[in-house]
Amino acid sequence: MAKNINLKIDGVDVQVEEGKTILDAARAINVHIPTLCYHEDLCVAGNCRVCMVEVAGAKALVASCAMPASDGMEVQTNTLKVRAARKNVIELLLSEHNADCTNCYKNKQCELQDLASEYKTSGEQLYLDLVPMKNYTIDDFSPSIIKDDSKCIRCQRCVRTCEELQHVSALGVAYKGDKMKISTFFENSMFDVVCTNCGQCINRCPTGSLIERNYVDEVWEAIYDEKKHVVVQTAPATRVALGEDLGLEPGQVVTGKMVAALKRVGFDSVLDTDFSADLTIMEEGTELLTRLKRALVDKDPTAKLPMATSCSPGWIKFIEHTFPEYLDNLSTCKSPQQMFGALAKTYYAKKRGIDPENIVSVSIMPCVAKKFEADRPEMRSSGYKDVDYVLTTRELARMIRQAGLEFKALPEENYDSIMGESTGAAVIFGATGGVMEAALRTAYELVTGREVPFENLNITPVRGMDGVKEASVKIEGTLPDWNFLEGAELKTVTAHGLTNAKLVMEKVKSGEADYHFIEIMACPGGCIGGGGQPIPTNMEIRKKRTEAIYVEDAGKPIRKSHENPEVVAIYKEFLGEPCGHKSHELLHTHYKKRQRY
Amino acid sequence: MTYNKLKRIDLIFHEDCDCRQVLEKTFSKSNDEIINDILESGLKGRGGAGFPTGLKWKFTAEQPSDERFVICNADEGEPGTFKDREILFKVPGKVFSGMAVCGKVIGAKQGYIYLRGEYRFLLPELQKALDKFHDEIKDLLDFKISIQMGSGAYICGEESALFESMEGKRGEPRNKPPYPTVAGFKDKPTVINNVETLVYSFMICKHGPTKFKELGTSDSRGSKVFSISGDTPIAGIYELELGMSLDHFVEEFGDGDTKAVQVGGAAGFCVPRKKFKETIIGFEGVPTGGSMKVFNSSRSMYNVLHNYLEFFEEESCGQCTPCRVGCQQLIKGIEAVKKGEQKAAYLDQLMKLSETMKLASKCGLGQSVANSFSSIVDNFREEMIY
Repeated sequence: MAKNINLKIDGVDVQVEEGKTILDAARAINVHIPTLCYHEDLCVAGNCRVCMVEVAGAKALVASCAMPASDGMEVQTNTLKVRAARKNVIELLLSEHNADCTNCYKNKQCELQDLASEYKTSGEQLYLDLVPMKNYTIDDFSPSIIKDDSKCIRCQRCVRTCEELQHVSALGVAYKGDKMKISTFFENSMFDVVCTNCGQCINRCPTGSLIERNYVDEVWEAIYDEKKHVVVQTAPATRVALGEDLGLEPGQVVTGKMVAALKRVGFDSVLDTDFSADLTIMEEGTELLTRLKRALVDKDPTAKLPMATSCSPGWIKFIEHTFPEYLDNLSTCKSPQQMFGALAKTYYAKKRGIDPENIVSVSIMPCVAKKFEADRPEMRSSGYKDVDYVLTTRELARMIRQAGLEFKALPEENYDSIMGESTGAAVIFGATGGVMEAALRTAYELVTGREVPFENLNITPVRGMDGVKEASVKIEGTLPDWNFLEGAELKTVTAHGLTNAKLVMEKVKSGEADYHFIEIMACPGGCIGGGGQPIPTNMEIRKKRTEAIYVEDAGKPIRKSHENPEVVAIYKEFLGEPCGHKSHELLHTHYKKRQRY
Repeated sequence: MTYNKLKRIDLIFHEDCDCRQVLEKTFSKSNDEIINDILESGLKGRGGAGFPTGLKWKFTAEQPSDERFVICNADEGEPGTFKDREILFKVPGKVFSGMAVCGKVIGAKQGYIYLRGEYRFLLPELQKALDKFHDEIKDLLDFKISIQMGSGAYICGEESALFESMEGKRGEPRNKPPYPTVAGFKDKPTVINNVETLVYSFMICKHGPTKFKELGTSDSRGSKVFSISGDTPIAGIYELELGMSLDHFVEEFGDGDTKAVQVGGAAGFCVPRKKFKETIIGFEGVPTGGSMKVFNSSRSMYNVLHNYLEFFEEESCGQCTPCRVGCQQLIKGIEAVKKGEQKAAYLDQLMKLSETMKLASKCGLGQSVANSFSSIVDNFREEMIY
């Protein structure tokens, strides 16, 4: 049991656990201390110096985010000295910052702007404008992330995100003094370095220095083009987060309102990535079982185990850079987005009688890496670019605002058909452990003819926010075709955040672990914590979104992918069988080794 | 008026010192006795900050840990300071011995010398001397010293940035607490002392605390090695008693036309002629890590300040706002005032800024930029404007 610390903040007694900071203590009694470099998900940096407070007995001011509370401490958060220093620090940040607010993508969503609005009273800049003296550059080579150094306040949240949460370290600090900047290996563009495009840095950037490349205008143009048939798919995780950008509290399921909004925005057909998530389970589940047979029974050396999921494009790029020797362990299944894209311009086009040339395929994703994924040269199996534009949840919120819709007041509407039907198994793709759970629900039943032995189909050991979740399922009473699996223990591991992915892969590499199936999502919490989701993010918000995902699952009439009627139909009418010839042509892909730096 | 020359001390560079013999004598005492001797002597850190050395050792020794380190901070980067170079060149054995005493007292088996990048030329001789020293004490104490080269950043002389640098990371100061005595190099309890401090510790072991204590004042015990430069006919390295007044100093080292003395390097204070009499060199007055720069009336104090600010603008590690941006604003600000682009009153705004830098910067670098800035602008305001 941790020791308790008693201190006084602004004259108010407060008790906190030992190890808590002054900032934690202040928050506990609703004293607001402004912060910039501080982020709940990251280690303390203490470099912006905005959260300075006065501690009795200390000569200098102290950074409340970095100073542990101690017994008898007397803290003042709002003295003349504190405010003068804080105002000066804000003025200094502004003098180095390209405060071109009305042109900025993050206008009104900028933490520096918020502080300026709180602290600026004189109407003039206190210090000289340093921006024209600097050779700031914009790196816009990446299809996912745009990095504008002129907006950077050097809080290093992005650097810490990339290093701590993702173990990627594409972003680091270069130079010192006035030339200090956030940069990459050899100052190469984000497109040319080990960046996985996960976009977690964007989620934590307090200003407009790191943003997604947005395609809002292109999508509007397509919508207004009479000749174009614009289809939109929505990823599982967007429906539990979109509301946050439109005035709702975290954790609200807004599927129906989102569909209504998309229809009013003008998309010709509003469809669901959840459909292709169910399809992914059919393909990936079959692939797993086939691989198990080839590896365990046929002793085929080309069948690599463990098999790893391939839904998360950040994870794909990470493994391509970091563990290229394991590319054969990846499932060859495309991600649900890309399966959908390939089918939109083939199956859907044919059924609806539309020339695929005139179809514009848009996806709404919680993800920034999906933009890169859609641009991969492999993703053109329909003969066209399978997915034309990828919008983040944030970009969709912007379009909804632009369209003048009062989101909260919208009625709930249903997805269009075809490719709009889905199951509970698909929606949980949005949370860490979801693909694993969905795959087990189907694979177990396929092998045994019975439902997975978990209450209400809820495979709880793979759920939750633990970074690495190991679980195993014993397979008993198999159907004749799967006798070779009788009594086998299917060992699985689920990880989210690339730091955890690395841990898992190192265990695999060292031979310490003998998993059969690995689910990895690049972002903390899985797609609900994706780089394209509403800002801010933190553990509490991610937990609320996850709860919403499971509420959505539990409320679905069908909760197993193989029971999705549209999935059954597509195999019957178009694909033939899972992992069959047509599937391989449209729904599977390959990967490429990339450099380590 | 008669005037007695400042007393020259000859502790540090005195040749006849058998380190092995002194170490044997020292090690016949208990660790507590040794720490008490250092405490009793009143020795304060010679790097400039002046933390009592005995306390630093005591705290580190008392911190529970499986591993502890002694680090000799030889990243002598303060402009105008060159005495550690001389100490390492002339009496390296005393530096090693000081580290060995500290190592024994705190229970460290490994010591490091973090040598300023620009002092690489010292390395071959220093390594030779170190090998000899290891050989001499191998039966006496299980303690090894390694030399780690710095790479040239001023900030790495700041103790926590130095640890980061040694750990192979970017040299940036850490948040404190925890202090090095609790979590220093590799997050283990660490004593980090300036070169000179370690030698004085050893000298106290040799001569006893009393001899040391007899020198100096109650706040500033002992003597100190000064690096004297600028407009002086006798620039060089001098070991002098602490607590002298600046006018005595100028009397002896000035060229007869001294206008100001910068005490403590770029991070120190500029004392104008009118304040020489009242200024004591020591922890009760103006402390210094050793640098004494003498300026005569031919010097433009604007240029002096501009030079310091250029230095800080470049040598700030860049992580914290007040220091990174503050340094840029100060230098651009005085340039703008000089060119008439800003009113003279803008200097007052810059003074407020320097106060914020002092209060809000993360480490000693940013906190001490205000020292030279405010003391020069305050005392030579007209030179900033015209």
